Amino acid sequence: MFEFILRRLLIAVPTVLLISMFVFGMQKLLPGDPVLAMAGEERDPATLDALRLKYHLNDPIWQQYLYWAEGALHGDLGTSLRTQEPVTTLIAQKLPVTIQLALMSLAVALFIGIPAGVLSAYRKGTWVDWLSNVVALSGLSIPNFWLGIMLILLVSVRLGWLPASGYVSPWTDPLTSIKTMLMPAFVLGSALAAALMRHTRSAMLGVLKSDYVRTARAKGLPERTVLVKHALRNALVPVVTVATLIFGELLGGAVLTEQIFTIPGFGKLVVDAVFSRDYAVVQGIVLCTAVAFIAMNLLADVAYRLLNPRMRVA
Amino acid sequence: MSAEVEPIALPRRKSRFRAVLRRNPATLAGAALVLFFVLVALAAPLLPLDAPTKTSWAAVRKPPSAAHWLGTDEIGRDLLSRMIWGARASLLAGVVSVGIAVALGVPLGVAAGALRGWTDAAISRLTEALLAAPFLILAIALAAFLGPSLTNAMIAIGLSAMPVFIRLSRAQTLQVMSEDYVESARAIGVGPVALTRRYILPNIFAPILVQATLTIATAIIAEASLSFLGLGQQPPDPSWGSMLNVAKNFLDQAPWMALWPGLAIFLVVLGFNLLGDGLRDALDPKGG
Repeated sequence: MFEFILRRLLIAVPTVLLISMFVFGMQKLLPGDPVLAMAGEERDPATLDALRLKYHLNDPIWQQYLYWAEGALHGDLGTSLRTQEPVTTLIAQKLPVTIQLALMSLAVALFIGIPAGVLSAYRKGTWVDWLSNVVALSGLSIPNFWLGIMLILLVSVRLGWLPASGYVSPWTDPLTSIKTMLMPAFVLGSALAAALMRHTRSAMLGVLKSDYVRTARAKGLPERTVLVKHALRNALVPVVTVATLIFGELLGGAVLTEQIFTIPGFGKLVVDAVFSRDYAVVQGIVLCTAVAFIAMNLLADVAYRLLNPRMRVA
Repeated sequence: MSAEVEPIALPRRKSRFRAVLRRNPATLAGAALVLFFVLVALAAPLLPLDAPTKTSWAAVRKPPSAAHWLGTDEIGRDLLSRMIWGARASLLAGVVSVGIAVALGVPLGVAAGALRGWTDAAISRLTEALLAAPFLILAIALAAFLGPSLTNAMIAIGLSAMPVFIRLSRAQTLQVMSEDYVESARAIGVGPVALTRRYILPNIFAPILVQATLTIATAIIAEASLSFLGLGQQPPDPSWGSMLNVAKNFLDQAPWMALWPGLAIFLVVLGFNLLGDGLRDALDPKGG
């Protein structure tokens, strides 16, 4: 297993290198002189030269990349133009909020997606299967920002049940925190629930046809035991991998969800940075999400090997 | 002699395709939805509608009525007209960005699969790197650096969707390359260009078409998301995403402003998803 992890880590290195080059290259897409943008109103040639020297802008591009990559490796992703704070500090401040949203959304997705997938496969061809499929496909087709807006209209504006926006830390007031996050988590989790439902259904359909399920039934085991202990446990192996991989979609979806519900997380940070042309923050976020995604991929591979006995023997 | 080698004909593909489509009403419903929106978008200039940018201070935030079937927005523009013209932006964004993704992704994928070696290694690492950044975050970042406009949003979405097509066409090419008829063609001296044109492209067409249909659905949502954030179509030109962005500020006073654009996105995306699922069932030899 250690050798396997080491091999996967080595494969991840060129990927991280390439994505870092890509992220660095993005700033070169910007029109105009970056120093003029940084200096603002200041047009004194000496100041502009000092800035060029400070940011190594007179050096060849590959050297500029090396300086930037060296900083990134030491946790220095630059300084926010808007707040003058280090980008890493800003990301570290906002990350827990998005992690809370992502975890609650994942819980919603698992809670709806897996039982619906199992039921749909078990009752294949019946109205339950048909209904689950229609709901899942609708869940995949609804733009989640629209679902969010409609829920705010219904649940907050019309019924007044839940707050329409805002954020309370779970360490300050756990109950209010959950209440404010419930709607955003549902919005973000519903599309993932649809994807999970479809994966669970197809995995369960495969497993239910297998010999060991037939044997379990032939032994006279209760249907519930066959379904949960024999079928679901095996069907969940690929589903766990999918659940880990949808982490990337969770982060992408969080951008819109946080925007609608005014949650001060990672997603809101990137949108605010985009509009204040705070490019160092945008770059930092893309790099961090990509590295996190690569790490999640690695975890998914490890989890798959751990959960699947056949892979362990091999 | 090599010029006479014909691609293997797939027997009864058309009839099977039609039979699956007939058996599957969901696919037909999807095709009908897509066709409806395409026709509406194409017919926009011919329809007797107000200009989508025409404002009327006498008709600010009016609910649906005989004069304005879908109501009006915060500066009195007719929502039906804006919805119909907005369909153009959404469909155009879906088709053009997937066109970019296919035009760049398929040649790269085929090259990786056919040439193997360091070409494959380089293209595969590039694909992995691009796939590592979440689709929407990558599109937002690219749109931010390129500048907010519908064209740049389409480029950003196209580039973000490209890796999926590289992966798919690479995998399909690898499969085709291992077939006996490709081995035979190579043995009689068919060159790489002719091999790609005559054997690889016709055989990888079906899965690419299915993926393209499903990706149009994703691209339409991505365009709406970017426009919703202000990074796509710029005002006063209409787009469903930017209409929703404005509508969220008037939820209490004019809820219809938020209803129609979202419903339209939902229906057109559902249409492409149903059509893509149906095409997959119809064109997948294992499923057929």
